[in-house]
Amino acid sequence: MRRTVGALMRKDLRLELRSFESVPAMLMFSVSAFVLFRFGLDRDALAGDLAAGVLWVTLLLAAVLGMSRLFVTEQEQGGFDGFLMAPVDRTAMFLAKASVLFCFLVAAELVAVPAFVLLLLEPGWGQILPELLAVLVLADLGIAVIGTLVGALGVQTRARELIVPLMALPLLIPVAIGAAEATAPLFAAGGAGPLPGRWLAVLALYDAVFGLLAFAVFDFLLED
Amino acid sequence: MATATGPEAAVALAGVGRAYGERVALRDVSFALPSGATLAVFGANGAGKTTLLRILATLLRPHAGRAAVLGAELPREGWRARGRIGLLGHEPLLYRDLTARENLRYHARLHGVPLAAADALLERVGLAARADDLVRTLSRGMAQRAAICRAVLHGPDLLLLDEPLANLDPGGALAVAPLIGRQAGPARVLISHDVEQGLADADWVLGLRAGRQVLWGSAVEVGVADVRGLYA
Repeated sequence: MRRTVGALMRKDLRLELRSFESVPAMLMFSVSAFVLFRFGLDRDALAGDLAAGVLWVTLLLAAVLGMSRLFVTEQEQGGFDGFLMAPVDRTAMFLAKASVLFCFLVAAELVAVPAFVLLLLEPGWGQILPELLAVLVLADLGIAVIGTLVGALGVQTRARELIVPLMALPLLIPVAIGAAEATAPLFAAGGAGPLPGRWLAVLALYDAVFGLLAFAVFDFLLED
Repeated sequence: MATATGPEAAVALAGVGRAYGERVALRDVSFALPSGATLAVFGANGAGKTTLLRILATLLRPHAGRAAVLGAELPREGWRARGRIGLLGHEPLLYRDLTARENLRYHARLHGVPLAAADALLERVGLAARADDLVRTLSRGMAQRAAICRAVLHGPDLLLLDEPLANLDPGGALAVAPLIGRQAGPARVLISHDVEQGLADADWVLGLRAGRQVLWGSAVEVGVADVRGLYA
């Protein structure tokens, strides 16, 4: 299984480095959205719930761009056929694609989050970085798991650009709520409050539930 | 007509059918192909040849009848046959933004084959000099050679070949002959529109028309005119 997941991930990351299709799109969308919020809201800085909402809605919508492309190469260039005929556990594709989407999210956030901080937060955010990273990791895990599941469903349809967001966004609402609630105290106007462990637990639980669900059903999604 | 029995059969079909929604692509196809033998499949466009090939590749479920490939009942035991089938279809099943070598090494990892085997195959088909070029920069003939390498990389017991010599020049056809020709060893199901060549290359002949099996026999018994009649 590890060998197969490694082979799939190496191939996908190499393809992304050659084509630059997903990460730059996610990145450009995120930064553009933050610029729009900055001037659209006409404020020098955001705080609390509003800042958290802006961050997470933007990141979730950017993630949908990556989800839509996740399986396109497999569909268009016969990757599914080659994989399905190999004597490997098909769940390896779920693990590899979810890991790749997680890597794409991290890569996009490496630029998008600093851009958000610079454009929309007051100075002095350095102290909240460890807490923010914890929320980002848990939220990205959930997005990657749900995105892989939905991407695999959507790629079989002709209107995948419509289907993927329509299926993904409702499933991502709990992630958005959990991540925004967990992040809002960090962005409080009077100084960062403590990280609410309850919302981190909600995120972790949602990740685990969807991870198990995806693990159980992914094999069937690849069947004829 | 041969019947679908016997553990020695590489392929055994009995009354196999397949539909896409309302459209029936294949109906009541029955034959048995012994191990090591070659079956040539003829038929006009839309006759059901590709559907048959994809069923044998375990990529499509038969909707009717019984199908067994390399002793594995489909679709229930398809996992047993996976890794023992080599498919060369219309599409090369190669990633265009990977090099030929990267594509083959990827498939070698999936099949648990030593990476050196991929390099050796590229050498054998005369692609060593272009092995590190992206597939999208290769000519169609070169991509076909790389696709043939991919199909035989894991030493399959059953080769499913759809117009394998398409796009190949005489030199290319000569280079790949030991890999996919009769001397390669595995049972072969060969789709061809070259009637004379297909008959010469086959032990058994299957003719399809509009998804129905209308011709079956040994390649010695079936005449060129019989096959040409499928295209009339």
